[in-house]
Parts: sequence; C-alpha cells; structure tokens
Amino acid sequence: MESELKVPTMAELSAAGQQPEILFWVGCAGSFDDRAKRITKAFVKILNRAQVSFAVLGTEESCTGDPAKRTGNEFLFQMQAVSNIEVLNAYEVKKVVTTCPHCFNTLKNEYPDLGGKYEVMHHTQFLEELIKEGKITLEGGKFKGKRITYHDPCYLGRANNVYKAPRDLIEKLDAELVEMKNCKKKGLCCGAGGAQMFKEPEKGDKDVNIERTEQALETKPDIIAAACPFCNTMMTDGVKNKEKEATIAVLDIAELIANAKDL
Amino acid sequence: MQYLPNILFVAALVAGIGFFVRNVKKLARNIKLGKKVDVTDNTSIRWKNMFKIALGQTKMVVRPIPGLLHVIVYLGFIIINIEVLEIIIDGILGTHRIFSPLGAVYDFLIASFEILALLVIIAVIVFWIRRNIIRLGRFIKPEMTGWPKTDANWILYIELILMVLFLTMNGADYQLQQMNVAHYTKAGAFPISQFFTPFFEGMSMPSLILIERSAWWLHILGILFFLNYLYYSKHLHILLAFPNTYFGKLDPKGKLNNLESVTQEVRLMMDPEADPYANTSGVEDGQEVPKFGASDVMDLTRVQLLNAYTCTECGRCTNECPANQTGKKLSPRKIMMDTRDRLEEVGKNLDANKGTFKNDEKQLLDDYITREELWACTSCNACVEACPVSIDPLSIIMDMRQYLVMEQSEAPSELNNMMGNIENNGAPWPFSQLDRLNWAKEN
Repeated sequence: MESELKVPTMAELSAAGQQPEILFWVGCAGSFDDRAKRITKAFVKILNRAQVSFAVLGTEESCTGDPAKRTGNEFLFQMQAVSNIEVLNAYEVKKVVTTCPHCFNTLKNEYPDLGGKYEVMHHTQFLEELIKEGKITLEGGKFKGKRITYHDPCYLGRANNVYKAPRDLIEKLDAELVEMKNCKKKGLCCGAGGAQMFKEPEKGDKDVNIERTEQALETKPDIIAAACPFCNTMMTDGVKNKEKEATIAVLDIAELIANAKDL
Repeated sequence: MQYLPNILFVAALVAGIGFFVRNVKKLARNIKLGKKVDVTDNTSIRWKNMFKIALGQTKMVVRPIPGLLHVIVYLGFIIINIEVLEIIIDGILGTHRIFSPLGAVYDFLIASFEILALLVIIAVIVFWIRRNIIRLGRFIKPEMTGWPKTDANWILYIELILMVLFLTMNGADYQLQQMNVAHYTKAGAFPISQFFTPFFEGMSMPSLILIERSAWWLHILGILFFLNYLYYSKHLHILLAFPNTYFGKLDPKGKLNNLESVTQEVRLMMDPEADPYANTSGVEDGQEVPKFGASDVMDLTRVQLLNAYTCTECGRCTNECPANQTGKKLSPRKIMMDTRDRLEEVGKNLDANKGTFKNDEKQLLDDYITREELWACTSCNACVEACPVSIDPLSIIMDMRQYLVMEQSEAPSELNNMMGNIENNGAPWPFSQLDRLNWAKEN
C-alpha cells in the first residue's frame, strides 16, 4: 500500500498559522544519501500512519556542524549551529526528533550552550513512545523468529546512554535479539565517527567496519539492525565485503517497523 | 645511645616525607601550567563519583579477573596501612606493638593484615605472570617498552618484597613471643607467619631479634622509598585516582566543550549592526592572543594534565580503541603517556632555568604525538568509557585537532573538502541546500 508521503514544512505550517508538535530533523545523510533516504521515508511513513503532527525544515535545514566540530573546526561548527538555532528559534521549535545520532548528540548537547534549547529525541526513543501511547501497534508476524543483532551507534549509546529503546523495539517485533560480543557500553564503533566518514582511514591491518561486521556475523544474524545512517552505510559495506548481502540485510529500526506494518 | 634508633627513625621519616612533599609541590606546579577550568559545580555528584569509582572500584571490576585481583591489592594497601601507623608510633617512641593492649581487636587486626598480605602476594604474582609469561596484548604494545615496562615490574617486586618483609617480621616476632623474650609481649594472631616456624627452627634469640628488627626496618624504609617512587612512576594513580575521579567529566560523553571565544566572534559576524573594526577577541592590545586548541601541554587544561599524571598505563583504553584494534598507530594510552612525558620535560626545563621556561624547540604535537595518531580517532568514546579512573584521552585528541585545523589549516585534504561543502552548501557533500527536500518527492 504505497501511498504518497505527507511531509509538511515548517514554512508551510507557519504560513497557515499552525505549529506542529515535533520537528523532524532529517540531517544531511537522511536528505541526500540514497540509502539513508530510505530510512527517512520509512520514518515519515510511520509518522503519517500514527498521525503525528510534525514538520521538517526542508531547504531551511543545514548541517548541524558535527563533522566540522569533530574535525576541529570550531568556527565552522558554530557558524552552522548559530544559524540553525536562529531558524529553529524563529519557528519556536520545542521538540526535535532525528534519525541521526550525530545530529541528535549535537542538537541535544552542544546547541544549548549557543542558545538552542530543545527537547531532543532520537527516533528510536520517539517510536517507543508512540507504541507506549498506543499510536502505533506492532505485531511481530513478519519478523517472528528472525535473528536480529543490533549495532549500537557510538553517539547514541556511549555518548548519550541510549541502549534500551532500540532493543525494546526489536523485541516488540517478536524477533530474536542476539547480542554481539561487544555491545552496549562496550559496543565497537563502525568506523565512521569523528568525521572518518569523509576520509580514507589511516594505515592499519583492517578497516574498522570489517572488524565490526565480523563481530555481527558471529551472531549468525538474519538482519543487522542499525540506528544511524552512517553506521548503516559502514555495516552495509562490511556485509558486501563479506559477500553476504544476499542473505543478510542491514536495516534501520525505523525500516524494520515500517516493514512490519507493511508501510 | 639508647635513643639512637628513635633518632634514626625520625630522621628517616622526616627525610622520606620531606622529599615526598617536595615532589607533590612539583607535581602541583606542573599541573598548574595547564589552563584553569571551572570545576566547582555539582560538588555532590563529584563526591559521589569519587566514592563510587575510586574508592568503590566500580569500573575496575568490569573486567572481573584483574578487577578482583586489583581490589585485593587495593584493600591490602589501605588496610595494612593501619599497621604502618603502629610501626611509625613504635619507631618514634621506641615502643613495641603499642596497639597490643587492644587485645582481641588487635589479634583480629594482625590476623587480617596477614591474610591480606598473603592474598596480595598471590595477586602480585598473578599480575606478574599476566605481564611477563602470558604477555597479555595490552601490556606489550609498542609504547610499553623501556621504562614503562620496567616500572610496571618494579612496582610488583616492591609490593612483593614489602609483603614478605611484613610477614617475616611477624614470623620472627611470633617465635620471640614463644620464647618469652622481654620486650616481645605476647600479642597478635599470626595465621600466616606462624607457618614460618620451621624456617626459624633452632635459631638463637639474638639471630631472631636481628631478623625481626631487620625486617621491621626494611619494611618501613621500603614504604618510605615506595612513597617517593610514586612521583617517577605510573603508580601515582594510587593517590591521584581520587582527585581525578572527582574532577572527571560530568556532561554526556558525546558533548564537546563550547569555545566561548569563537562564539563571540561568530555572533558579531552574524550581527548586521556590529562594528567591523571592533576588537572582538576580548584581548587588549599588546596582549598575546590565546591560540585555538592545543599543540603543547600548556594549552591543555589542568584536568587534562591531572589525567596524564593519573594514568597507570593499564591499557584498557587502547584495548577498546577501534583504531588500535585494527592496527592503526593511535593508542589512547600513548596519548596520556606522551602528555605526561612532555609535561615532565617542561617541568625539568623550569627547574633548570629558575622557574622560567626556556624554549626547547619542542612541543607535544609532532615531537610526541603524531598527526597520524590524531586523525585515526573515530571519537567513539570507547577509551573514555574503558578508563577505570575517569581519564578522557579523547578531549586531548580533539583539542589537538582543533589546533591543527584552526591555527595551522592542516586537516587532511578530504576533510577540507567536506568542510568546504558545509560552508558552501550546508552539507558535507556537494549537494545544493535547495535539493534538501527532494527525497519527499522521490519514490
């Protein structure tokens, strides 16, 4: 039942004198990266189905500045942050939900010092809330008995101590959650953080995403679940490198839920 | 000459403590070379962290085997120090086992010291085996050669010797008590050292007294030596773990500090009414402009420098580091060791030049920490999470990257491209901001 996505922008709603409950911060990967766009759309489908009052900034959104700050360019980071905060504050945004843990961390932890104070949620936390409130219901069915291993994104897990929400969601799918040897606080990075996504790695024996993929494959999963567009790319590349892409899917939690509901 | 031992004892004590105080002052001076940071907030959380992490060893036991062994040595260190108090009082007053009137309590104390001493000996031997026979990965990394390796083993030898001396002293004392020798009042229970009896079999009273006195003196002199060894050793953590966990980061690990000086500049740039010629740096004419980021130890904060002195080179950080695990040069432990080595070098420079730093054409960046190490970091916080004493190697890496990018414009070229994209079109890739919502119309 492919239906048209309803994606209102803040500008449209504001012109109509409306204020949405949440702002969905799409992020650069979610806007431009082909793989990540599918995550964005899956999340929007769920928002539409649950009739959540939301909007996006659309062309008024700009990079949070996270990769610039982690590269060491505080000036560029703050230029990005201050102009984003101006936009967000002009729309009187109170609550932000994002599908990217890097945007999540920056918006939640680094914007307040620059005058951007919002309630910031990662989409896994928000989806869990929707289920708790009964706005979406989940019956396993499709994923029943599937082995799903969950890769903790560093910027969601260690950086912000969110370990439970994504796992609770996987368990709600009636799937079998299998943990890797390094999980939660000890989760191994996918190799993309700290602006590594945008450069070749330093010389070593192996790429970090290969090491992490090997850990994931040890659990003999049907699906590797991720909750970050960058982790998703790294793990997808890892699975391809191991020539397992035909049998093992790398999916975001939002995609799992949208699939479960045939959205 | 009756008071000669007392005089010698007091002299040793004064010298030992005096030298220690001198080193503590040097340590404090070196740490104060760093930038001041406000750590006066949230005192109750800070105390709680110190109690939990340093006193309670909560992060040590994340790895159960070394964690448990460490708890034994740690408890031994703290509890056996009650005995050191008695030794000091005895030494000054010329008494023998001055706490013995405590009776049953005393017996209990001595018995627990002995059992702990034995457990410490076992733990220390296991530690030595892990380091030298099993050669666990984190103990044989490239930064663990030379002094760091020797230092680690010396600490184990010293602890072993101190415990053996303690038990020998008690064993001989027990024999002398059995022989009803004057001065050696019957006191204490010796569950471990009583088994030394066969060793002392047939020895004369004067030989036993000689053994008891020698062990007693060597034990206390050894402790004074160990106290002064700390400053030159990774073992400093036994003291600094406490302030370090108190001053540890309270923000979520993902949060990097905001650079206030940049904020002022950015605000003025974005303010159409701002005076373009105004002095926005907050620096008066003629003053040196503070630099962005860190290229040397003086650019780091005092907490970061305390971190460096606290590091005991256990390597849990390096063990968890994704870059290190995949064969890159980066080792968070080395970042801390380099910081301390450079700080010590700067300290010696100050000592040699009457308190003023003479430019030595060296710095932390390049002379100690290479760019290759800095750029290999994924900022994943695994090292920060792994540290049992709240050290934050990531903050030093990020500060040094900041120096490279903001002062030297020396980011890897791919990252310069990424930043150019953010600057021009608000995304790390060369896509127009006007296309940001295109996904909503695609199928």
